[in-house]
Amino acid sequence: MVQRTTEIIVGLFILAGGAALLFLALQVSGLTFRSAGDTYTVYAYFNDAGGLAPRSRVSMAGVEVGQIREVALDHETFQARVVMDIAAAIDSIPADSSAIIRTSGLLGEQYIDISPGADMESLADGDTFYETQSALNIERMISNFASGQGGD
Amino acid sequence: MASSLMDGIARLGRRGLDIIASLGRAGVFLWGALVGAPRPSVGGPLLIQQIYRIGVLSLAIVIVSGLFIGMVLALQGYTILSDFGSESAIGQMIALTLLRELGPVVTALLFAGRAGSALTAEIGLMKATEQLSSMEMMGVDPLRRVMAPRLWAGFISMPVLALIFSVVGVWGGMLVGVEWLGVFEGSYWGNMQASVTFADDVLNGLVKSLVFGVACTWIAVYQGYDCVPTSAGISAATTRTVVFSSLMVLGLDFVLTAVMFGSF
Repeated sequence: MVQRTTEIIVGLFILAGGAALLFLALQVSGLTFRSAGDTYTVYAYFNDAGGLAPRSRVSMAGVEVGQIREVALDHETFQARVVMDIAAAIDSIPADSSAIIRTSGLLGEQYIDISPGADMESLADGDTFYETQSALNIERMISNFASGQGGD
Repeated sequence: MASSLMDGIARLGRRGLDIIASLGRAGVFLWGALVGAPRPSVGGPLLIQQIYRIGVLSLAIVIVSGLFIGMVLALQGYTILSDFGSESAIGQMIALTLLRELGPVVTALLFAGRAGSALTAEIGLMKATEQLSSMEMMGVDPLRRVMAPRLWAGFISMPVLALIFSVVGVWGGMLVGVEWLGVFEGSYWGNMQASVTFADDVLNGLVKSLVFGVACTWIAVYQGYDCVPTSAGISAATTRTVVFSSLMVLGLDFVLTAVMFGSF
C-alpha cells in the first residue's frame, strides 16, 4: 500500500514535469506547430541593416507575415542582403512594394515593414524588393543636422 | 634542502596521481552501475522509491525558491526597466533569465545541497556499517542494487525539478510584475512569447539541467561509495559532495553557456 502511494506520487511528479515543459513550450515560448515549407523566400538589399537579426519579424500594416532568416553582406555591392521567409498564405504582395526597416518603440527590436505598392504582379519565391529604406540611424541624423546637410 | 624540495615535488606527484586515480575509479564506478539492463521487476520499485526520495521530497524547496527568485527578478527588473520606460519587457527578462540560467543552475545547487548530501551520507553510512560488503557476500552487486537506482533517479529528477522551478519562477514574476507593480498582463506574456524560442531557450535549459543532474548525482553517489568508512570520513565526503557539485555546476554552466549562446 505504501509502495502504491509512492508510485502514484512519483507518477504525479513526472506528470508535473511534463506539464511544466508543456507550459514553457506553449505559454512562455509561444511555440506553434507550424509545418515547415509553408513559406516562400524573398530578398531585400539595404544600405544599412541596423540591428536587424535572424528571427526578427516581417510585418505588413503591423501584422506579422513572416520572419528574417539571414542577414549577410553582399560582397559586390557591399550592401546588407536580407533573406526573409514570408508565409505562403500571403501570396499577393505587389511586386513594387518597398521594404522598410523600422524600430518597435524607442528601444525595441528592429523589424521589416512591407509597404504595399500598386503593381498587379505579386512577389514570388526568390524575388527581390526593388525599393528599400534603411534603418533610421539617429546618430547619423543628428550629425547631419548639426553639420547642416539635412537628412539623408 | 634538496631532499625537502624533492619531497615537495613527490607530494605534488602523489597528489596528482591520487586525483587521476580517483577520476578513473569514478568512471569505472559509473560504468559498472549503469551498464547492463536491470531487471524491471527488481529495478522498477527501487527506482520509484529513489525518485520519491530524491525528486519529490526536493519539490518543496525548489518551488519556494523558484517563487521567490521569480518575484525578486520582477522587482529588480521593474526598477531598472522603468528607467527606460520599457517595464513591459519584464516578462521577457524574467523568462530568459530563468530558462537559460537561474532555473538549471539554482535548481542544481539546491539539488546538491538537499539531495546530493543525503545520498553521500546514506551510502557512506552503508559502507561504514558494512552493508555494502555484506551485499557482495550474498552475491548481490551493490553497484546495481544500490547505486544504479539512485543515479537514474537523480538523472530523471533534476530536469523535472528545473522545469518546475522555471514555471514557478515565471508565475512568481507575474504575481509581482502584473498583480502588484501593474505591468499590463498582455504585454507580460506577449513580450515573453516574442523573445523566447522553444529550441534555443527551453530545450537548451533542459539540456543544461540534464547535464547538471548527471554531474551532481554522479559526484554525490561516488563520494559516498568512495568515502573513508568512518564518521569523520563520511562528514568529509558529504562536504566534498556539496563543494564539488557546486563548483562543477558553475563551471559546466560557463562551458555550456559559451557553447549554446556564445556567438563564435
